Amino acid sequence: MYTQALDVPDIAAQQAAPHAHGASPAEANFLARIARDEKIEPQDEMPEDYRKSLIRQISQHAHSEVVGMLPEGNWITRAPSLKRKEILLAKVQDEGGHGLYLYSAAETLGASRDDLVDALHSGKAKYSSIFNYPTDSWADIGTIGWLVDGAAIMNQVPLCRCSYGPYARAMIRVCKEESFHQRQGFDIVRALCEGTAAQKQMAQESVNRWWWPTLMMFGPHDSDSEHTGQASAWGIKRISNDDLRQRFVDVTVPQAAFLGLTLPDALLKWNADRGHYDFGPIDWNEFWRVVKGDGPCNAERLNDRVQAFDDGGWVREAAAAHADKRARRAVSAASVRIAA
Amino acid sequence: MSPQSGSAWPLFEVFIRNKQGLDHKHVGSLHASDPAHAVTLARDVYTRRQEGVSIWVVPSNAITASDPDQKADNFDPMASKIYRHPTFYDIPEEIGHM
Repeated sequence: MYTQALDVPDIAAQQAAPHAHGASPAEANFLARIARDEKIEPQDEMPEDYRKSLIRQISQHAHSEVVGMLPEGNWITRAPSLKRKEILLAKVQDEGGHGLYLYSAAETLGASRDDLVDALHSGKAKYSSIFNYPTDSWADIGTIGWLVDGAAIMNQVPLCRCSYGPYARAMIRVCKEESFHQRQGFDIVRALCEGTAAQKQMAQESVNRWWWPTLMMFGPHDSDSEHTGQASAWGIKRISNDDLRQRFVDVTVPQAAFLGLTLPDALLKWNADRGHYDFGPIDWNEFWRVVKGDGPCNAERLNDRVQAFDDGGWVREAAAAHADKRARRAVSAASVRIAA
Repeated sequence: MSPQSGSAWPLFEVFIRNKQGLDHKHVGSLHASDPAHAVTLARDVYTRRQEGVSIWVVPSNAITASDPDQKADNFDPMASKIYRHPTFYDIPEEIGHM
């Protein structure tokens, strides 16, 4: 589903900044490659901060895909028709696949999968704040596809051109699949809006709950975002948080109008001078509260994730035992051949 | 080593990256005495016209392939899952690209 521009100020970023100026020849060479729009590949030389920063971003993105399965999984058994159930299953399956593409991309940087998963399960690693909101009604499944995946696409399309080859290529695969996700969500919301008054009301309430958390997905304002400068110098971030958020608002307002839904922002209004929609202030206290672990569902999501991992333990053990058995049989078959 | 044809050497599969930023793609195979030798030979055989900027070689016997007899079982079920494609969903003209 999607990476969040969390841009939490950290020491690595603050230490990284000076390097860009007083660069060693190797770093100067690296920055020149970025400036020429070359892709950096796993075996290429790269600054340690670039490697660390990418591992953090790609693994957060992977965690978001994996945790993102939980709010939607909540509705698989209760989807209103077989068709919707099949579609939702296919979508959740895609999210699992996206997590895999991304963990693999992070592993090309020398990260270990076990360490990454441990960091998620211990609560040390972050994932997108949006998945810490509950999916109370069926309409939420539509809204997640339409708005949340729509915001994700806005953020992910520029990542297809990011400087790190394996990440860029993973994002190309993800974006191809993501279009289905957004369209199936819009289709759900549209069906509700064209249904009974109660169904339309359900859609409206869902949009009311998800609109602001979706805008928060783009991360803090550019002025408050310490990572953005470094990430754009490194060719990881191509478009700033605020610009992406504005684009999302601009394309979404007419879509909501088409559906006959309102967006819960009294200040939302077309600004002819700017050629964009103006919108109201975001509650950053809520954003940071959720990022730091105190959202409506943080504890539940993490518990469910750890539980799912633990419940799958026997499958991993069985697969390893099976592989061992096959290896032993191959060895004894080979020794029989030699003896004969 | 006796002067015989290279077929006594192990077989390697060759993957070439055409252009920076793209995936390596399988282009063919060749015999070589060891992996480094295989890279040299692959360079000579597969990139004579600047087809590549990077080469991977993998011992052919390290590759496990799906069973061709299982092709229908493996891949046909996806044919009915047309809802995985964005074009399955009608998006009204007024909405434009989504």
